Amino acid sequence: MAGSNKINITPPRWLLAELTYACPLQCPYCANPVDYANYQTELDTEDWKRVLTQARKMGAVQLGFSGGEPLTRKDLPELVKHARDLGYYSNLITSGYGLTEAKIVELKEAGLDHIQVSIQASTQELNDHIAGTTSFQHKKEVAHLVKKHGYPMVLCVVIHRENIHQMADILAMAEELGADYLELANTQYYGWAHTNRDLLLPTQEQFEQAEQIAQAFKEKVEGKMKIYYVVPDFYEDRPKACMNGWGTTFLTIAPDGAALPCHSARDLPGMNCPNVKDYSIEQIWNESQAFNFFRGYDWMKEPCSSCDEKEKDFGGCRCQAYLLSGDMYAADPVCSKSPNHHVIQEAIDSAKASALAENEKPLVFRNSKNSKKLS
Amino acid sequence: MTLNPDQLIKFSPLHRLQWEEAQQKDVILYPEGMVELNQSSAEILKLCDGSRNLAQIVADLEQKFATTGLTNDITAFLEVALKNGWIQQN
Ligand code: SF4
Ligand code: SF4
Repeated sequence: MAGSNKINITPPRWLLAELTYACPLQCPYCANPVDYANYQTELDTEDWKRVLTQARKMGAVQLGFSGGEPLTRKDLPELVKHARDLGYYSNLITSGYGLTEAKIVELKEAGLDHIQVSIQASTQELNDHIAGTTSFQHKKEVAHLVKKHGYPMVLCVVIHRENIHQMADILAMAEELGADYLELANTQYYGWAHTNRDLLLPTQEQFEQAEQIAQAFKEKVEGKMKIYYVVPDFYEDRPKACMNGWGTTFLTIAPDGAALPCHSARDLPGMNCPNVKDYSIEQIWNESQAFNFFRGYDWMKEPCSSCDEKEKDFGGCRCQAYLLSGDMYAADPVCSKSPNHHVIQEAIDSAKASALAENEKPLVFRNSKNSKKLS
Repeated sequence: MTLNPDQLIKFSPLHRLQWEEAQQKDVILYPEGMVELNQSSAEILKLCDGSRNLAQIVADLEQKFATTGLTNDITAFLEVALKNGWIQQN
């Protein structure tokens, strides 16, 4: 698998800096690892600056500051400034919690390019329930302030069974808030979302209805608002081209400094994710076992290895293949050609049964107590 | 949305145009995305600084490259740019 010399290594373009796992919210679909509470150490300011400098030198240009909640890092303005000086186009991916007008101005002056605010639902009750924190009014306030201070306003709503019926209202809310971009992210079932899948996965009918509403809206707001629609791959028959191909484009750095080809890579068996404290970004990207692991096509098994679509989807997501079939080399089970494809229908059936059950088990919220329990 | 030939054209404050050393290309950056530009598109966009209308951009480029007959190509590109929100008028 690793490092055949024929593979042409392209430089990273996107750097995702997960500054911290600390977060005041408790979203039950959070993409952070379920055992995040085990990772207590965080890189310091100088480490992050070095990472930004090295990745930029290789060609990374889009930068996301995420987490957890990145605003909990006191050095955020300093890192934003460093990123701006290097020429990154930087994005703050935030729940909005703790974001004041003064902070919004400070970050703008430091050179932040845009702010992506997540809202959990179109009503206060549901938003605050899903977030596990009273936050709805403040989020709306933040959205207004982001606009007021001249940032492109990106609103992100993660879609799942608890809020999918609100699609029309969510779209109306985005319009009212003046969003320039709206990300409608159907939940991807990793991390906490995998744990809560029975409670989050919508039915096919729910999904199709919501998609229709979103499509009609997209046409209506063309030229005013751009919509990014993340499809729920459980209802597709081909997998997504995960990460645009392993080790081709995306570089994620976890709070403790682990460099990840995708945010769940640490969960794959035998994946030695190198730490930025031990290696330079160039060494990590070009030479590490982890980043070379699924580069190219040599690692593939049937049906992928002889499939004429492999250059389109790269066999789908490695973490999903592992989570759902126990084999990280297998075709992503979302693919209808996968011998494991039946597990998708089983997951859908199981979620439906759970929705119909009299006593539906409660959501497991993302917090340190649950993280310790689950790890 | 169509281009008004008389109005001044400026690059959108919600996007950023910049030279990328690693790619040896000008690119447009915006939330979650990047467009790589060829040299002529980049030359056109660099003149969209709010001080010129369509005819002035055409005249400047025809002069710079000592050629004529660029009107159609430049207009077509700017229509696309407007539709994508890269440039603004008024
Ligand atoms: S998804 Fe929710 S809990 Fe997870 S980091 Fe984002 S805001 Fe915090
Ligand atoms: S068999 Fe593999 S490569 Fe072919 S479409 Fe399915 S996942 Fe993609």
